[in-house]
Amino acid sequence: MSQEAGHGHYYVPAPSTYPITGSIALLFMGFGAAFSVNRLPLGYGLLTIGFAILFYMIFVWFRTVARESESGKFNKQVDTSFRWGMSWFIFSEVMFFAAFFGALFYMRVYSIPWLSDLEHKILWPDFTGIWPTAGPGITEKFMPMGPWGLPAINTLILLTSGVTVTWAHWALKLNKRGQLKLGLFLTFALGFLFVGLQAYEYGHAYSDLNLKLTTGAYGASFFMLTGFHGFHVTLGSIMLLVIYCRVLAGHFTPENHFGFEGVAWYWHFVDVVWLGLFIFVYWLI
Amino acid sequence: MAAVHDHDVGHAHDHHPSGMMRWMMTTNHKDIGSMYLWFSFIMFLTGGVMALTIRAELFQPGIQIVQPEFFNQLTTMHGLVMVFGAIMPAFVGFANWQIPMMIGAPDMAFARMNNWSFWLLPPAALLLTASFFVPGGAPAGGWTIYPPLSVQMGMGMDMAIFALHIMGASSIMGSINIITTILNMRAPGMTLMKMPLFVWTWLITAYLLVMVMPVLAGAVTMLLTDRNFGTNFFNAAGGGDPVMFQHIFWFFGHPEVYIMILPAFGIVSEIIPTFARKPLFGYSSMVYATASIAILSCIVWAHHMFTAGMPVTGQLFFMYATMLIAIPTGVKVFNWTATMWRGSMTFETPMLFAIGFIFLFTVGGFSGVICAIVPIDIQVQDTYYVIAHFHYVLVSGALFGIFGGAYYWLPKWTGHMYDETLGKWHFWLSMFFFNLTFFVQHFLGLAGMPRRIPDYALQFADFNMISSIGAFGFGFTQLLFLYVVLKCIRGGVKAPASPWEGAKTLEWTLPSPAPYHSFETPPVVR
Repeated sequence: MSQEAGHGHYYVPAPSTYPITGSIALLFMGFGAAFSVNRLPLGYGLLTIGFAILFYMIFVWFRTVARESESGKFNKQVDTSFRWGMSWFIFSEVMFFAAFFGALFYMRVYSIPWLSDLEHKILWPDFTGIWPTAGPGITEKFMPMGPWGLPAINTLILLTSGVTVTWAHWALKLNKRGQLKLGLFLTFALGFLFVGLQAYEYGHAYSDLNLKLTTGAYGASFFMLTGFHGFHVTLGSIMLLVIYCRVLAGHFTPENHFGFEGVAWYWHFVDVVWLGLFIFVYWLI
Repeated sequence: MAAVHDHDVGHAHDHHPSGMMRWMMTTNHKDIGSMYLWFSFIMFLTGGVMALTIRAELFQPGIQIVQPEFFNQLTTMHGLVMVFGAIMPAFVGFANWQIPMMIGAPDMAFARMNNWSFWLLPPAALLLTASFFVPGGAPAGGWTIYPPLSVQMGMGMDMAIFALHIMGASSIMGSINIITTILNMRAPGMTLMKMPLFVWTWLITAYLLVMVMPVLAGAVTMLLTDRNFGTNFFNAAGGGDPVMFQHIFWFFGHPEVYIMILPAFGIVSEIIPTFARKPLFGYSSMVYATASIAILSCIVWAHHMFTAGMPVTGQLFFMYATMLIAIPTGVKVFNWTATMWRGSMTFETPMLFAIGFIFLFTVGGFSGVICAIVPIDIQVQDTYYVIAHFHYVLVSGALFGIFGGAYYWLPKWTGHMYDETLGKWHFWLSMFFFNLTFFVQHFLGLAGMPRRIPDYALQFADFNMISSIGAFGFGFTQLLFLYVVLKCIRGGVKAPASPWEGAKTLEWTLPSPAPYHSFETPPVVR
């Protein structure tokens, strides 16, 4: 199947069906999503098929990479490639969140003050433009999400998980497998706990605070930012779970464990994004 | 540049899938590069047919061929298809073919992901073009898909949004691959400041792509939720602002135009020294100029929005920042000219396209500086002057760069020389018809003809007729290019390892056609 290619011993994988499988998945998902948001028949079916193919593809692709790694096909240079690749991927994720943070800042600094200035008094005489707001045209009452309840606990949870993942990393480097397993277990458990609490908080927002996705600028920025963040925490937790399973299967050595490190980097990234969220979405309102 | 291994192609990959499966499963940078290039050409013809339909409608005043609604779909889709389907994939195709060969690497850093980057494009293209056939038709709000229009349109817009997501993922994966390849796979001795300029321009382009494609993904995601899930990002009643979309979009969009021109700068910087038989003048200043253009491109976006409403201080900042870009760009134009100065020049087709590029791109650059001046921009925005401006940088800039690069490297790719006579015909016909099409549009724009409208006042009739004739001439000329390429692939004079005596980069030390695995043992660069 795969071979140790002669060229400078850089590992070039053999022809593979995974990419085309992933593309077929995205074809289904693209049409499925377009159909379902327009409430056409077949939409959810196509979407489900697409996701199923995608999950299958991700599973076999990553399994292959893990096997290639464990069979010693990756040399130092390949390891460096992975490090560059993961760093740039995280940079692209930072820019994705930057778009939504940019939208939040733009609305708070520009559009809402403009909508409440003197010129606009004629259109919306009662609009004061005080954040948090659902905008001048949405009069439904809502309560903002305060920072010092669940969000503060969630901050503590994520920061603690950053500590446990670092502890696990040190354990791996010192070849203390027991501590490694415990540290990893705590990390993804805290991650899933975070996601669970976020889900509870969303329920609280919808049922008690009347705070919804449709609650104007505040609701849109609140749910889109925390939603995409929660999605990333979910992905990160699943990635940590996979690493945990690989540790149980005896993968990784004190010298060679970029799979672990890449996921740890990703975990710190979602951690930092959360700090931004806590400050600008929850706290400074 | 020594020690090129003599290859034994058979041993590396023991069993290759054949037929269609070879292309779907390949992890080879040359196969993937070829697929990118062919995909790009197909999309180029698709977008070209839309352009010709537009020009056919504009041949005379009045509504003759298409309805206004469909006309708007055509202008929108022409832009989206050409930007995301034709120009960008073509440059990624060049990157795939050339970067490993130019830095002495065996392949791209992530060969399997490389294949996925390509194969994401056909589903995205399918999604995008299929929007013509759904109720409401294709997106019709312009390629910039501004709200509130884009929030109100039918499901074609949702399809375009998802297509953009997929193409963005493809670009990000491709760019991460290119950056990693360049940073980590260079042959021993190939320091950063010894890299060919094409590699440098792609390194910087890929950086821009990784930075701005996620921002576009964010922008269209907000559009999607505004359309379907009741958010109010671009709705003033909810505290949002339609103009905010323009800010986010152009934060992507302006670096995007440099993404489409920097690799062309790189190609021209390879061609000119080869055919002037002199080393590139001011190599390091070229590198710094490219980097400066990239940095400046991130702080000029709002010059696309001078009439959308912004404080005067904002207009002044974006005006001066934009004009600043003329300095590093001027450095490049002067360096190319200085490279040719007292060179022992010959004018093969790649050189013709490179020189055509310098002339016409400079015209487009100047009209860009003119557009950057706020009071003038307020006059010419949304007129044919802007159309003329960006076609001078995108057609005679980016596309001429692509053609020049294709002729330059075809002997290396196919092992045959292309037909020089037909190549020259392709250049001169393209040059003539391009100017016939777009030069007159400057006058139309200055006289006030608005863009994206299928009908126009009678006084614009003559120039529009000239422009349409030019457009059809230009369109059919490109079939000549297809013929030259096919002819070159099928046969022709056998190309030596280095058919251009002035070419100095690493790929010319390999035999022509280049072996399946470029450098099995890394060459040592002095």
